Amino acid sequence: MLRTALRNVLAHKARLLMTVLAVMLGVAFVSGTLVFTSTISDALRSSAREGYADVDVAIQPNSDGSGLGDRPALDQRLLDKAAHVPGAASATGTVTGFTAIADRHGKLIGTGFSTRGGNYYPGADGKDARYPMRDGAAPHGADQIALDSRTADEAGFKVGDTVRLSFDGPVHETRLTGIFTTTDGAVSAGGSLALFDNATAQKLLLAPGKYNEIHVKAAPGTSQDALETEIHKVLPAKGAEATTGRQLADDEAEQIAKSMESMQTALLGFAGIALFVGIFLIANTFTMLVAQRTKELALLRAVGASRRQVTRSVLIEAVVVGAVAAVTGLAAGIGIGAAMRALMNGTGATVPDGPLVVDVSTVVTSLVVGIGVTVLAAWLPGRRAAKIPPVAAMNSVHATATTKSLVVRNTIGALFAGAGIAAVLAATGMSDGKFVMGLGAVLLLVGVFVLTPLLSRPLIALAAPLLRTFGISGKLARENAVRNPRRTAATASALMVGLTLITGLTVIGTSVQKGIDKMAVDSLKADYVVSMAGLTPLSPEVAQKLGGLDEVTAISPLRSSEAEIGGNTTYLTGVNGKDFGKLTRLDFASGSLGDLAGGGLIADEDTAKEKGWKVGSRVPVTFEDGKKETLTVSGVYHGNEMIHQVIVDNGVLSTHQKHATDMQVMLKTKDGATDATKQTLIDALGKNPALTVEDKKDVSAGISQSIDLLLNMLYALLGMAVIVAVLGVVNTLAMSVFERSQEIGMLRAIGLDRTGVKRMVRLESLVISLFGGVLGIGLGVFFGWAAGELISASLATYELVLPWGRMGIFLALAALVGVVAALWPARRAAKLNMLTALKAE
Amino acid sequence: MTTIPSGVPTAPRTTAAAARTTDLTKVYGEGETRVVALDAVSVTFHQAQFTAIMGPSGSGKSTLMHCMAGLDTISGGSARIGDTELTGLKDKKLTQLRRDKIGFIFQAFNLLPTLTALENITLPMDIAGRKPDRAWLDRVVETVGLSGRLKHRPGQLSGGQQQRVAVARALASRPEIIFADEPTGNLDSRSGAEVLGFLRNSVRELGQTVVMVTHDPAAASYADRVVFLADGRIVDDMPDPTADLVLERMKGFDAKGRTN
Repeated sequence: MLRTALRNVLAHKARLLMTVLAVMLGVAFVSGTLVFTSTISDALRSSAREGYADVDVAIQPNSDGSGLGDRPALDQRLLDKAAHVPGAASATGTVTGFTAIADRHGKLIGTGFSTRGGNYYPGADGKDARYPMRDGAAPHGADQIALDSRTADEAGFKVGDTVRLSFDGPVHETRLTGIFTTTDGAVSAGGSLALFDNATAQKLLLAPGKYNEIHVKAAPGTSQDALETEIHKVLPAKGAEATTGRQLADDEAEQIAKSMESMQTALLGFAGIALFVGIFLIANTFTMLVAQRTKELALLRAVGASRRQVTRSVLIEAVVVGAVAAVTGLAAGIGIGAAMRALMNGTGATVPDGPLVVDVSTVVTSLVVGIGVTVLAAWLPGRRAAKIPPVAAMNSVHATATTKSLVVRNTIGALFAGAGIAAVLAATGMSDGKFVMGLGAVLLLVGVFVLTPLLSRPLIALAAPLLRTFGISGKLARENAVRNPRRTAATASALMVGLTLITGLTVIGTSVQKGIDKMAVDSLKADYVVSMAGLTPLSPEVAQKLGGLDEVTAISPLRSSEAEIGGNTTYLTGVNGKDFGKLTRLDFASGSLGDLAGGGLIADEDTAKEKGWKVGSRVPVTFEDGKKETLTVSGVYHGNEMIHQVIVDNGVLSTHQKHATDMQVMLKTKDGATDATKQTLIDALGKNPALTVEDKKDVSAGISQSIDLLLNMLYALLGMAVIVAVLGVVNTLAMSVFERSQEIGMLRAIGLDRTGVKRMVRLESLVISLFGGVLGIGLGVFFGWAAGELISASLATYELVLPWGRMGIFLALAALVGVVAALWPARRAAKLNMLTALKAE
Repeated sequence: MTTIPSGVPTAPRTTAAAARTTDLTKVYGEGETRVVALDAVSVTFHQAQFTAIMGPSGSGKSTLMHCMAGLDTISGGSARIGDTELTGLKDKKLTQLRRDKIGFIFQAFNLLPTLTALENITLPMDIAGRKPDRAWLDRVVETVGLSGRLKHRPGQLSGGQQQRVAVARALASRPEIIFADEPTGNLDSRSGAEVLGFLRNSVRELGQTVVMVTHDPAAASYADRVVFLADGRIVDDMPDPTADLVLERMKGFDAKGRTN
């Protein structure tokens, strides 16, 4: 049987091509993901190890839940003590913080999250081993800096240039004294680093005399663990902890592995969708191969092969096809992994260098997935093959693969679809219907898969008027499309899967965007919101400066402060109580802003309900400095995604905060949002590159931009599923052309020209693709609507938006799939040799 | 069996040529594998005549038909349908010629299973984008006795009925000539006789020209004339054949084949 199976594979090379391609693409996606993630993960790990190579023990502030109050930071005294414990060779204090760097045109370098500042901490030899200077000298004094070489080179800075920096608002002009190289992980991952001398860094980025971390190096012969034990003895009772460098590197590696794992899971999910779509294609191919070989298989049965042997011969064929596809797919996947890294290095260089990693598990997974999927999809056709009676070999007019009545199938499909719709509809009314809805969605999808043969006739009939304009080619195309409903259905379903997801996600994405946008714009009365590029805290100076402008009529900084209410940690939002009402539109359930400026608090409904507050309730609050005060609830408002916390006046907070910083500043101006006003604000802030000044339109644009970005990424990932679906359409058409070659020969003989034949195949392809497209878009809209019903429970301003434009594009895409998929089969059909086709039995 | 209703005039017999070949040569392959399928064949098929082409397997009878019908290319000489010379015609023109001037009947019926009997019959006109002539269509359908079965699909018809649909398809567009390739090869003798009867009637009563390739002497006896081919050459031309005469003649080939 093995030899028969192998011969069959070889005999049908061309017909198996699309199947191999489909499986190959799926496997390439899987192995590409695995290679890419393990390569990146490996590179990040080794960069983490390198980063801690010089650290034997690190002292870090800990968050051991010691409660509120002044936390002991790491200071010079602790550093000196640590440097002199037995077994310590030296100790280095590190300071890091957000530092925005402007390029020569005043624009911010990097994204805002990846630019940092740090301290140059000279060792015994007067040099900081971490940062060897390539050009110039180390910075000294308040207005000198050194820059990492890549940032300096890319921005074109040279020693002696003036560089503008900002940390929390105000702009600092500094002179570049040195350019250094470093193995710092964040820098090799594409970030920027500016260095100051130790005292300046402490003052600007942290607090005078304090460090973020203290790194201790062991003397030769002292182990990390021994040093850690010694260091423990000099640590303060709370607020600091010591960890070995090895431990830190391991922790970081684990962190990296975890974050990589979730990325891997997401990518593999999309690969799974592509493979799932491929199953339809594979099943179609094997069904056809079995149907064409009815006589041959019957003959095998007649000469004594058992049913099981027949099934096995089909499955062996599947294994061979799957293995070929998996191996080529694995090779392609390794290529994709390498290309992805090269691409990332070429664009953003956020990945440290490292060798390409192809794990054994990657190879095994790829092979198992490729062969498994193919065998799984070929299983049903294989069983059908076994049911061919031996007498079929003798019977010259045995109909190929008896078309069983679709009644049973339709009943099952209707039950599934009905249950699915019911579950989805029921879920929309539930408070937590995620699971029920997911289940319903799966049931409905399965139901539709089962029902597509039934749906194909009426839906394709809808296209009849359009097809009629193409004359006989259109008519024949329509008849051909509904001729083998199962095959048409499987082909269309493959396309449907991708389009359902794409449409559903688009509906949800645009609706959420509209909802957030509406909420942002509705709840905001302020003309402008000023914040830091990296969303790092702002200096209160910013609000002061802006408050002093004539144009500004109302202003409120937003502060955040940790507090304890009723034993739970609660975050308080500090605002300017006097102006807050002019800057936001809060919808009060009871009470009002009332006495906010006079020391009251307002709370959102959820918090109030949870804590049992009513207007007039007196609430004891423990502030971040540990002091207590009792505040009165002045109002309870309907919270939303933007504003949903306990709000107090900054006057209340300021007495308890040592270093007040603002999250953002909201303000209203005399003339509203105009370009001139915006320019005035920007000028007043010293044209600071790190500050963003946004009006409502900018806020909306920002929201839609991030949702668009997300959608585009999802489109790209789902693109693979669509490509496999295209292969499926090509496959089906090629099969049809092959099977109908005698008919096509006859049509050519009685006078249908090549153009007519081509048009017939193209229109069939178009009809099948549009069938899948319409089903997919329809289902997608339904799922999008249903999921929206769930989302609207947590996003009050959610509103269903049907993106007609995009849906039109998707339908056009389905049509394009049809046209492109038909290119090759149509050419083949037109080139068919009439005589050979007619002579064929 | 259907007869033509009285009052319909029978078509006049003419001797004009519906198709003609002059030194028609067809060669397959090159060098060592070169095979001459037709060796300078010159033959004329007259209008309103039913001609049978006979010959042993490999004699070139099918090739002759394919070349004359514009289905296969010609290596040398000339082939004409009416006044149209086929040599040198591009695929598009050839296709048009087949569509407008030639009708085909195949051994394997070659009906489209997705179309009804009537749709199959009007297919050549649908391809040309022409409206069928209603009266003529009715007459053809009636002649082949399919009136009650026009809505049926080929799968619901017997072999004989399917071939009758194919005959009607060939007749419906009033081609200048109909080529039939072993039209009874897949039929039992009764159905075969019916189909041959229709072909003969279409010649006698509708004035149609029919050229039929067959290896069955009984089928050939329905024709007005039998042309015999052997080894790519015309070896005999028999007017008003009978089954016995044809059989006798064919035995001659067999004997010759054996002695060679």
